[in-house]
Amino acid sequence: MMIRAHRALAFMFAFLAVAAAQAAEVAGMVKISRGEAAIERAGERLPATVGTPVLATDRLRTGADGALGVTLRDNTLLSAGPNSLIVIEKFAFNSSTLEGGMSVGIRKGTLAVASGKIAKRTPESVDFHTPTSVLGVRGTEFLVEVIGGSDE
Amino acid sequence: MSKTLPHFVLCLLLGACASERVVLLPSTDGSPGKVIVRDAAGERVLDQPYAATARRLGINRPTVTEAAQVEVRYGETLRALPPRPTSYTVYFETGTDTMTPASAQAFVGVKREIAERPAVEVMVIGHTDRVGSPAENDPLSRQRAELVRDQLVAEGVPVEKLEVAGRGEREPLVPTADDVDEPRNRRVEISIR
Repeated sequence: MMIRAHRALAFMFAFLAVAAAQAAEVAGMVKISRGEAAIERAGERLPATVGTPVLATDRLRTGADGALGVTLRDNTLLSAGPNSLIVIEKFAFNSSTLEGGMSVGIRKGTLAVASGKIAKRTPESVDFHTPTSVLGVRGTEFLVEVIGGSDE
Repeated sequence: MSKTLPHFVLCLLLGACASERVVLLPSTDGSPGKVIVRDAAGERVLDQPYAATARRLGINRPTVTEAAQVEVRYGETLRALPPRPTSYTVYFETGTDTMTPASAQAFVGVKREIAERPAVEVMVIGHTDRVGSPAENDPLSRQRAELVRDQLVAEGVPVEKLEVAGRGEREPLVPTADDVDEPRNRRVEISIR
């Protein structure tokens, strides 16, 4: 009885994990990777090698010698410098209608951005944020640095 | 406390301990860009290249930096930006899937571009002009895209890198009345990123 309940529970968790993984939309792909660079997804740490897909809700983390360049599906370019933690909190993009939205958090370190098609079409649905501020973007390139910041 | 207080005093003395910075960069395509930095206290608009905000003592203060400083401080980050996406267009003879001679030549550059990019992704999107019915043009646009894909594959581009779509006469480059023969609309876009 006990075992069966455990199995049922284990099955349910496995199912939820799969459902969560399927729900996360592909946001982009790693194009440049140097030094210590990882993607954190659902509690796991994956090496961020060139060609690795990046999903919505992934966290990009680099070490002291690391850097990571990602192209999102709407042609937004992102690069994280050393000692950075960047969170792709939301991403959605329909390549036929060009509709979508994104929200990216800079928790610590540096992020360079060249904005893409979503920012061009609906800038109000794009935001980048630091622990204290929110950045609105009108078709442009910029850098954000958070000194100190949080490891989470 | 013992650790943060001296640090804080040092910050005041040096005036250089911003906890956050935002720097607007000149855009590569020359279009005027803008970033609006908002916090609980209000907003700062950055609309000139190298305009910046530096957060000190809980306030986003306007400042200005310059190319050389940006290179020193953020060079490593900027060098990790992926290559800019590009797009090529090849054109076709009326009602056919035959490329124009000029386009066949431009194709060489496309292949080189694809070969040079890390983890390249290529979208091949076919279009027609408004000669013929939409029902005829949908498959024609797809055929044109597939032809371009097949040529890329024949040249050694891995097929899994290529995504194909046909948009028929829905997205003309040059809007026309129905049944107008418009060479600029008989095209395949190759988007590379």
